[in-house]
Amino acid sequence: MLFTSYSFVLFVAAVLLLYYIVPRKFQWPLLLVASYYFYYCADTKGRYLLFITVTSVVTWICGIVMDKIGTEGDAYVKAHKADLSKEERKAYKAQVKHKKNMVLLLSLLITIGILAVTKYTNFVITNINSFLKPGNAIRAMDIIVPLGISFYTFQAASYLIDVSRGTIKSEKNFFKMALFVSYFPQLVQGPISRFGDLSQTLYEPHKFELNGFGRGLIRILWGYFKKLVIADRIMIAIKPMITITDKYFGTYVFIAMLFYAFELYCDFTGGIDITIGISECMGIKLKENFILPYFSKNVKEYWNRWHITMGTWFTDYIFYPLSVSPRMLKLSKWSRSHLGDKLGKRVTVYLSCFLVWLATGVWHGAAWNFIVWGLANYVIIMVSQELEPLYAKFHGKFHLKDKPGYAMFEICRTIFIMSCIRLFDCYRNVPLTFKMIGSMFTKANLKVYVDGSLMELGLTAADYTVLVIGFIIVLGVGVYKAQTKKDVRTELSKNIPLFCLVCVLLVISVAVLGAYGNGYDSTQFIYNQF
Amino acid sequence: MEELLEILRDLHSDVDYDTCETLVDDRIIDSFDIISIVAEVDDRLDVSIPAEEIIPENFNSAKALWALIERLEND
Amino acid sequence: MKKSKKIIIILAFVVVTAVLLWMAQRLVMPKYQKGIIEGSMIEEYYGDKAPHEVVFIGDCEVYENISTVELYEKYGISSYIRGSAQQLTWQSYYLLEDTLRYEKPKVVVFNVLALKYNEPQSESYNRMSIDGMKWSSSKWNNIKASMTEDENMLEYIFPLLRYHSRWSSLTSDDFKYMFKKDLVTVNGYYMRCDVFAEMDFPPAPTLTDYTLGDNAMYYLEKMADLCEENGVKFVLIKAPTLYPYWYPEWDQQVQDFANSRGIDYINYIDIRDDIGLDMSQDTYDGGLHLNIYGAEKFADSLGEYLVANADLTDYRNDSEVNAMWEEKIQRYNDLREAQLLELEQYGELRSWGMNAVDN
Repeated sequence: MLFTSYSFVLFVAAVLLLYYIVPRKFQWPLLLVASYYFYYCADTKGRYLLFITVTSVVTWICGIVMDKIGTEGDAYVKAHKADLSKEERKAYKAQVKHKKNMVLLLSLLITIGILAVTKYTNFVITNINSFLKPGNAIRAMDIIVPLGISFYTFQAASYLIDVSRGTIKSEKNFFKMALFVSYFPQLVQGPISRFGDLSQTLYEPHKFELNGFGRGLIRILWGYFKKLVIADRIMIAIKPMITITDKYFGTYVFIAMLFYAFELYCDFTGGIDITIGISECMGIKLKENFILPYFSKNVKEYWNRWHITMGTWFTDYIFYPLSVSPRMLKLSKWSRSHLGDKLGKRVTVYLSCFLVWLATGVWHGAAWNFIVWGLANYVIIMVSQELEPLYAKFHGKFHLKDKPGYAMFEICRTIFIMSCIRLFDCYRNVPLTFKMIGSMFTKANLKVYVDGSLMELGLTAADYTVLVIGFIIVLGVGVYKAQTKKDVRTELSKNIPLFCLVCVLLVISVAVLGAYGNGYDSTQFIYNQF
Repeated sequence: MEELLEILRDLHSDVDYDTCETLVDDRIIDSFDIISIVAEVDDRLDVSIPAEEIIPENFNSAKALWALIERLEND
Repeated sequence: MKKSKKIIIILAFVVVTAVLLWMAQRLVMPKYQKGIIEGSMIEEYYGDKAPHEVVFIGDCEVYENISTVELYEKYGISSYIRGSAQQLTWQSYYLLEDTLRYEKPKVVVFNVLALKYNEPQSESYNRMSIDGMKWSSSKWNNIKASMTEDENMLEYIFPLLRYHSRWSSLTSDDFKYMFKKDLVTVNGYYMRCDVFAEMDFPPAPTLTDYTLGDNAMYYLEKMADLCEENGVKFVLIKAPTLYPYWYPEWDQQVQDFANSRGIDYINYIDIRDDIGLDMSQDTYDGGLHLNIYGAEKFADSLGEYLVANADLTDYRNDSEVNAMWEEKIQRYNDLREAQLLELEQYGELRSWGMNAVDN
């Protein structure tokens, strides 16, 4: 069930209806049933269900075990506070921690192991094969990649790490755990929730609140508007540009880049709006995943605003633990004494950052494109970090920073850089992407804009009109938020007739203008024998 | 505390650490700064801050950070 | 906010949204008023007030070949053709079911050509045969039996989902006929007055299997059963046109079926000359379909058979029904005149036919 399929819309409608019909204590169990049904529909042979259940069981058991080790350890220390010296206490605590870590390691090996095996086995095989003689090649394996496995695995892992750290208590009820792992609205594209956040509202009984429901509904509609009216329409033009590369190079790469930037934003934020909106309709609060990413002034800021829950996951569970691990601290000390304070300080940050971006790239997909994409992000962030003193000097001299145009320049620069490296997401392989990006600068043909070539990409003038209007609306909503720090939705909800009107308009425009279904064309009619 | 303030001032000399309570929330210090702080604290004060303590509440102000260091020291 | 106020808001929101969606749907649905008009035929039936003692069901071999006005003028038979383009056998069955909800004709005539199709064929034809039906279990089952692989029940329930992309190619007709459409047939008869003589058809290709499909035959059986249950005389015909081919092997199977059920089957191909058809004059598209001259001749012959074999009312003596038919005859004559005028003017029809243009 894709978000944009009829069956998903019907499914959500049914779930929302049932959610407020069943007794409130059955609300979260209903969501579990719905989530498992959703997952069952994605693979009616039930293999996906098997995978997600295994992950849930492992997470549940290991969480409880770690919690128990921790509680017993604390109790022991408390009981023997008087007769243990500080050193002994420390040693005992370290011992407890070690035990917990062993369980954590085991649970992560299983859960992330499943992710690694299903998602990356064939990628590894293909790469090994490129070193082997054709005759010795290893056969690619027939492995299914369960839907949303990257998301739910990360969610389970964050729970496990949090429990081992003692920041949250373990969940004793298996079914609650299973729901946390499988909660259907966020299964496909996130956000990646933390147990500490999600559990506060996920299992609570919720009374029907018209305000909350309305807010959720308008958010769902806004999501569908961005996805169906804009993203899916613009995709029609992007497809030929990124596949027929011997025809569409040079300026087309630039156009494809901008189109894709707009498409991905609408598609991804639209999907997240649908996810958060559905949850809001049920009174469940999810973390925001985007905060106006295209208004970022630099790449680092961009990553604090785009796919936020993924970014913080990598920061909290990889970047920090890695950077402050005793080994890294030792390395930091060593490098500072050997390379000087300034450079030495950076060695560890650069190293952990490298590993984080490598992991981010790998997480996005089993392909070199994503790995190179991740590392490109790394290089850009590091370079701008290195250039910072230079910038500071520059600004000290020219005072451009206070001029409004400069902020605009920074925003455009960031969009350009991010869109440019995102092309790795578009083209078939890494060398081709480099070639295409190169052609953008060397083989530009500005005639493309005016000679009607844009009309040959599968979009009509009417489609472009819709896209331009859609762009203006999306931009307007963003600018309003950036300027006033107010949410359009919240402002709208103060005026009920206006709120309803916007909802109606969104429904109509999605239903009529949405780029869904087979294009019906009465000229296709074949009047053969009758 | 003085030592800590010194570490912080080395990072950003233009911030008033006595009053600011939103160092992380307002993105005055970023993740790179936090790593530097942890490394410096480990180096100079001989207190190691574990990853699970790296949460906004502990880094939002110099005071909170100092409280964390004291807690870790006595633990 | 008070609870009652909340409920009013919700209701108002739902009603306004539904009405607007419905209007959008009316707007984007094809109107079938010019050019390809076949999509209008099925729905026109519901507006016709006259009683129908004879109902024809089938594809273009009924709706283009039989003049309902001729049947009335000559024999006083009040009939209706529930025909549609490439109407498949199960669609005929469900249309029959649908018709029986509204009236009980004395005779139902089914044209057998559609038996050659055993599976759903094309979405466009499905749409033209089904969209016009009023909602009932018959329509639901008809859709289920007719859908091709890419089609979706939901898109039949809410045609907006199917036709929404027409928003960018709407014409003035879409607005003009949004709520009310003109009649394009006279009791289901689609008139053509132009003449284009029958041509030589390519030789009939050899088939690997001449057995009529079991699905089609199953629905033929169901039609016979349904007529029997309702005391309706069921008659099978094969229209006198030669193309698409009607193989003797098929003819035999239909004959066998008719014999086994004790119903009449008349293959008019065999008696073309007897009914006076002159295929150099009586067809408008090289022999595929009859024009008005052919359709009147064919109606003469059919009427003769119907009057002789069924106890039909002569409605010419019923002033109420006669008044309704007077209006139809008027429309029929006007239409003929308009077409003849155009033929005289341009030598061809420009406002009718699939390539019709706006004047």
